[in-house]
Amino acid sequence: MATESLATIALNALLVNNFVFSLFLGLCPFLGVSGRLNTSWPMGLATMLVMFVSSVCAFAINWLLTVVQLEFLRLICYIAVIASAVQLVEMSLKKFSPTLFRALGIYLPLITTNCAILGVALFQTAKEYDFVQSMVYSLAAGAGFTLALVLMAGLRERLELASVPKVAQGAALTLMLAGTLSLAFMGFAGLGGAE
Amino acid sequence: MTPAEKLPPLDFDTFLSGVWRENPVLVMLLGMCPTLAVTNSAINAFAMGTATTFVLVGSGALVSLLRRLVPGTVRIATYIVIIASFVTVVDYLIQAVSLALYAALGAFIQLIVVNCIILGRAEAYASKRPLGHAIVNAAGVGTGFTLGLLLLGSVREILGAGTLFGLPLFGEQFQPWVVMLLPPGGFFVLGMWLLVFSWLREHSGKPRAEARHIHGH
Repeated sequence: MATESLATIALNALLVNNFVFSLFLGLCPFLGVSGRLNTSWPMGLATMLVMFVSSVCAFAINWLLTVVQLEFLRLICYIAVIASAVQLVEMSLKKFSPTLFRALGIYLPLITTNCAILGVALFQTAKEYDFVQSMVYSLAAGAGFTLALVLMAGLRERLELASVPKVAQGAALTLMLAGTLSLAFMGFAGLGGAE
Repeated sequence: MTPAEKLPPLDFDTFLSGVWRENPVLVMLLGMCPTLAVTNSAINAFAMGTATTFVLVGSGALVSLLRRLVPGTVRIATYIVIIASFVTVVDYLIQAVSLALYAALGAFIQLIVVNCIILGRAEAYASKRPLGHAIVNAAGVGTGFTLGLLLLGSVREILGAGTLFGLPLFGEQFQPWVVMLLPPGGFFVLGMWLLVFSWLREHSGKPRAEARHIHGH
């Protein structure tokens, strides 16, 4: 059982081991949806919600599978749960905010293949977090993802006004930008203790 | 999807398009997470590429074989389960072969499940093609992915540790450029490769397009 305090877990997942900038998880939506500020934060929040729901479910599944000694089914069960959680979020978003639903478009169902979410479920299992620790971990990881997305979107909106050589436009520049941000996030390395 | 639909012949291009023209890493920008996360050495890059290729070929073959049996509404879920099964196999296989490698790749082996390349190939290619096409194309895409990873992994290892596949290259005086092994290095090196390739396309794209045009007539 992990003995880290809740604050350490939260700080670690939010800044020190930020899912995007130091663990390289969730890069596809990160590169895909970070073009506009006003779609980036809802996307972040939706991801955070899915993360939380699937983290809670993953905890229960892991407990159940350990009891019946079927651990090798863990991966398959996790991914099935995540897919259903995404469906849930999708349906509720469609009902409560159709405009947002349209703005997120294809990226909403693609949350299923967002490795950050499966990552949360796998890491909390590997680190043997208890229930409360898992919840804090998933919320902080989601917040970290949202933070990365919003930061990146702000930078990219500014970049549209800059004159960039034609070769460097698009993905190459975005990756350089992400590298610079990642370098900045390394400054947090001393805060939360080693991984 | 109907059998009457005309299929392109199974030739070398089925394989090659995944390696070069639709290279998942350098052209399509798919599967970024494992691409950047495990490429801090050439060995890791190669292992990850091979594991992904295995899952690609295996799931491609199975999806192609089952393509008439799987109902359209639950196809994505079916594909995911197929992929997850192959990933579980790879996971235990690597654990059995080399514990050091297993520790180095960590959770990223299991995260192959959510590699968009694999689901993308299953949905866009394997589910509509016969077994031979699916396997050859998956092998091509897997090779392209491995090559892309190797490009990244070797540059990062050479700059960050002064070695390639664990062999020292520069002698004692070399001062390793550690940041290349750390997360920012992954972003920078991939960014540089994309720059190089978009420069190449810019400077060779036009004549080649014209040549193809003339060929076509």
